[in-house]
Amino acid sequence: MTYWIDAVLQGVLVGGLYALFALGLSLMFGVMRLVNVAHGDMVILMAFIGYITTQTLGLDPFSAMVVVVPIAFVIGYALQRGVLNKTISKDPLRSLVVTFGISIFIQNLLLEYFSADSRAIYSGGIEAQSIQLTDGLAAGLLPVIILATAVILTFLLQWLFGATRIGRAFRATSDDHDAAALMGVNNAHVYAIATAIAIGILGVAGIYHGMRTTFTPTDGPVQLIYAFEAVIIGGMGSFWGTLAGGMLLGIAQSIGARWDPGWGVLVGHVMFVAVLMFKPNGFFPKTR
Amino acid sequence: MNSYSANSTASMLSSSTDTFEVQRSTKAGMITLIISIVLLGLSISMPFWAGSSYLRLFTELACYMAMAQMWNLLGGYGGLVSIGQQAFIGIGGYSLFVWANFVGVDPFTSVALGGIIAALFAVPISQLVFRLPGGAFAIGTWAIAEVLRLVVANTYVLGGGSGASLTALRGIDRATRESVTFWIAVAAAFGSVLLVYMLLRSRFGLALTAIRDSEVASRSQGIDVKKIKFLVYVISSFGFGIAGALYFLANIRISPDAAFGISWSPLIIFMVIIGGAGTIEGPLIGAILFFVLSKIFEDYGTWYLASLGLLAVIVTIWFPKGLWGLVVDHFDLRLFPVQRRLRMPENK
Repeated sequence: MTYWIDAVLQGVLVGGLYALFALGLSLMFGVMRLVNVAHGDMVILMAFIGYITTQTLGLDPFSAMVVVVPIAFVIGYALQRGVLNKTISKDPLRSLVVTFGISIFIQNLLLEYFSADSRAIYSGGIEAQSIQLTDGLAAGLLPVIILATAVILTFLLQWLFGATRIGRAFRATSDDHDAAALMGVNNAHVYAIATAIAIGILGVAGIYHGMRTTFTPTDGPVQLIYAFEAVIIGGMGSFWGTLAGGMLLGIAQSIGARWDPGWGVLVGHVMFVAVLMFKPNGFFPKTR
Repeated sequence: MNSYSANSTASMLSSSTDTFEVQRSTKAGMITLIISIVLLGLSISMPFWAGSSYLRLFTELACYMAMAQMWNLLGGYGGLVSIGQQAFIGIGGYSLFVWANFVGVDPFTSVALGGIIAALFAVPISQLVFRLPGGAFAIGTWAIAEVLRLVVANTYVLGGGSGASLTALRGIDRATRESVTFWIAVAAAFGSVLLVYMLLRSRFGLALTAIRDSEVASRSQGIDVKKIKFLVYVISSFGFGIAGALYFLANIRISPDAAFGISWSPLIIFMVIIGGAGTIEGPLIGAILFFVLSKIFEDYGTWYLASLGLLAVIVTIWFPKGLWGLVVDHFDLRLFPVQRRLRMPENK
């Protein structure tokens, strides 16, 4: 019994990381109906930037975030303002192809500079510490920190969306961008802020990912799929839903992996397919 | 002003109906037809005079042409931007191996069965992915391809993660195998173009282009948008199944990563986008261009792919009609006339 409780616990903890990947995807889709195919590759890009920062500046990973997050924020803003804003239309073809192009570009550039070797961000021993809950039930310290970060960021995003000026602009432009523009909202800027926040979160997520496991330049697409599945399982338009979706995906994968190591990821996918089949709006869709 | 122009149009329509005509063919179209017939004859005779390395190369090119054409039907005309059509490449490929190796069907006939099986799979898969809006549909199709890849990789009889060889080809001599494979490839390449051309010139094509231009307006004209999109998805998947089966017939070996891998998608999508989406000529040009480029830059793997990614971004933003669009803008050339154009007489 403890064995399966442990599986659920570890799943929830992994889910924290998936939620961190997924929050930005959810935000961008919510505000401008844009699906960023390069989202997973940006997780890996941030992991590499974090890796360089810790190596060259000799920072510990948490201090590195202070450097990486602003870089990620600026990349996000510039990307939206310079490129993605030109692709926004009702037809998803252009934004999908452009972000797909960026995805291939990032992957191959990383491959060129860093080769296909796997790397990890050294986290100073924190990855080995754990919190003993009961006999035979322990939670790693790092996964707990990641999950806590995910919860805090979800809360902050929900607050930003619901209670601030920029959040009001997000909601307005999401509902009707023409009307929002008439009311004095600068859509180009609002979109760029949304993407900057989305990629900024990846500055944190990428470093956590690099601390938890090893990564290679071609790991991006898998992270995108996990993030996407978390968004769909949770239900679009709700950040708490996305957090829950990440956890549910993590639990499914963790239980699947205990059952047969080769089936872990597949059971996660099966859960996604089942949600599409029986609850196409996800578990916690936005209620208007 | 408004009433005046409305009146004049009405009087023109009522006075004589022979003052304008709907043009459905072009001179360039006639020339295309003649050139196509010559090319078809030349292609069919190729196994009798060309070396086997050329046959292999052209078989590969034909696969790309068929896939690009089928993706364009789906994404360019149907507005269904999928980055998971490798699901059907894989289904076509693996069903070839199952029919030929296990059931004992002739491997060449099995290619056609690959298409049918892919179309059958497309029916339930469409019911899932069609629930996702716009851009999410794209990632959804990809997730489904991943599910299939993992299922096949975990299925022992299909060879698991390391894949399988087409043992059914034993006993067929090499010259026959290469020639027949090549002929199937010729049929796939020409067939895919002909299929899209015929589809677009039919009532179905009219509905499809109407949906592309405005979904709401076409619904108001009584077009069953859902049904048309469903049919496009199934037809495209059928084409991908054939092309996938053909590719792995030429390759003789298959593995889950090669069959269901994501690397297919950027290749095919960039072909269509850079050639020109929403035209028949575009994917053809894109496929030939990519094929030539990939042979030239084979040794520059990562740089080549990174440049392709960048090129796709640049073309999409600044040249959204692709290479063929540039040609059309300058020369008003239409090799495959699928549109209905109103021609007014040259009187006052």
